[in-house]
Amino acid sequence: MFSHFDFDVIIRSLPYLFYQGITFTVLLTALATLGGIVLGTLLALMRLSGFALLTVPAAAYVNLMRSVPFVLMIFWFYFLVPYIGQWVTFSSRPMQVGAFASCLVTFTLFEAAFFCEIMRAGIQSISRGQVAAAQALGMTYPTVMGYIVLPQAFRNMVPVLLTQTIVLFQDTSLVYVISVTDFLGAASKVAQRDGRLVEMYLFAAVVYFVISLAASRVVGLLQRHIAIIR
Amino acid sequence: MGTGWTLLTAAFAFIIALTFGSLIGVMRTTPFGFAVRIGDVYVELFRNIPLLVQMFLWYFVLPELVPRNFGNWLKQLPNASFYTAVVALGLYMSARIAEQVRAGVLSLPRGQRQAGLALGLTLTSELLNTIKNSAVALTIGLMELTARARAMQEYSFQVFEAFTAATVIYIAINIMVTFAMRIAERRMAVPGYLGFKPQPAGH
Repeated sequence: MFSHFDFDVIIRSLPYLFYQGITFTVLLTALATLGGIVLGTLLALMRLSGFALLTVPAAAYVNLMRSVPFVLMIFWFYFLVPYIGQWVTFSSRPMQVGAFASCLVTFTLFEAAFFCEIMRAGIQSISRGQVAAAQALGMTYPTVMGYIVLPQAFRNMVPVLLTQTIVLFQDTSLVYVISVTDFLGAASKVAQRDGRLVEMYLFAAVVYFVISLAASRVVGLLQRHIAIIR
Repeated sequence: MGTGWTLLTAAFAFIIALTFGSLIGVMRTTPFGFAVRIGDVYVELFRNIPLLVQMFLWYFVLPELVPRNFGNWLKQLPNASFYTAVVALGLYMSARIAEQVRAGVLSLPRGQRQAGLALGLTLTSELLNTIKNSAVALTIGLMELTARARAMQEYSFQVFEAFTAATVIYIAINIMVTFAMRIAERRMAVPGYLGFKPQPAGH
């Protein structure tokens, strides 16, 4: 079965795969996670604020993002991001946006919806009594959130946030649909150039598997380590 | 047309996902170490490889690894991308469902009703995920909804119209299921936590 297996093509393309491919994938994952958590927390606070002016748009945004396929959203943003850039910078022409920046905006905006739901669950896991006690002491809303609720919510949700990051890491492979050279894109280019689909796709699967499995094991350990005993 | 392929792919994939998911999920709750081990490997394997890569493995790699005649037959199947998408998506989702089933079964003694409700709830959302994830099959040439929108956009340059139409259809598919989920979620909130809103008196 593996008699025609050409390991050499993998070894020859290692520098390309890892220098260009994995760097793109990992950097995109890390930055999109950071942006997604910040934006997601803001969305969660909006959803829980109780003012219809804030809850309705936030809920609509989250539900929209959660009900369409990520691939469709990648196409949407691929065309929209230049116009968003134009709108933000008040320029007269659509902005020239690089592949990485475009992907980063897409992933941040898309994943924010999922991080929002995680943070919302995290905030809801804090008992009402704590908020009431803090308010009784005269604390204002930002103080209650910043010093009482959010730190605990983050701590409770760290494992879930990290698990979502692993999902995000796997999702980055979808930038393939707009021909961006992430890890899978690089593997796919070599595969098609050398006619070595079997070797390259199996190798890509192994790399994604090893990284995701190792990361989820670390999350599992972390979960046991930081869990608060109640 | 595109919507039909999306729903058809999702429906068949979900049947596979439910069958294998329940089987593997229950297997992992048995006292037999060997069965649990196999179930664990199964779930880790399908959960830790991106769906897109799994589709490529089934579509490009599998026909090369099986005996030549069988491989050629696979490659020449009419609608090969549809069958591949159903199998790849079904097995990918089955690993997630296996996790939910295991969690549901393990929490049974602690409240059968809650466990059943939780399971029903996650299954609805996994069905939604299956419908959404079927879009990944466009990479292996399945002309489902998202692929149609992209093709339409390439022929007519009407980017916004094409993608808006697809988006609206996906939302319409989702709304009914999401609506049912929200009702269940409201019923399941635990009093005393921030998420709980007191129900008005009456039924």
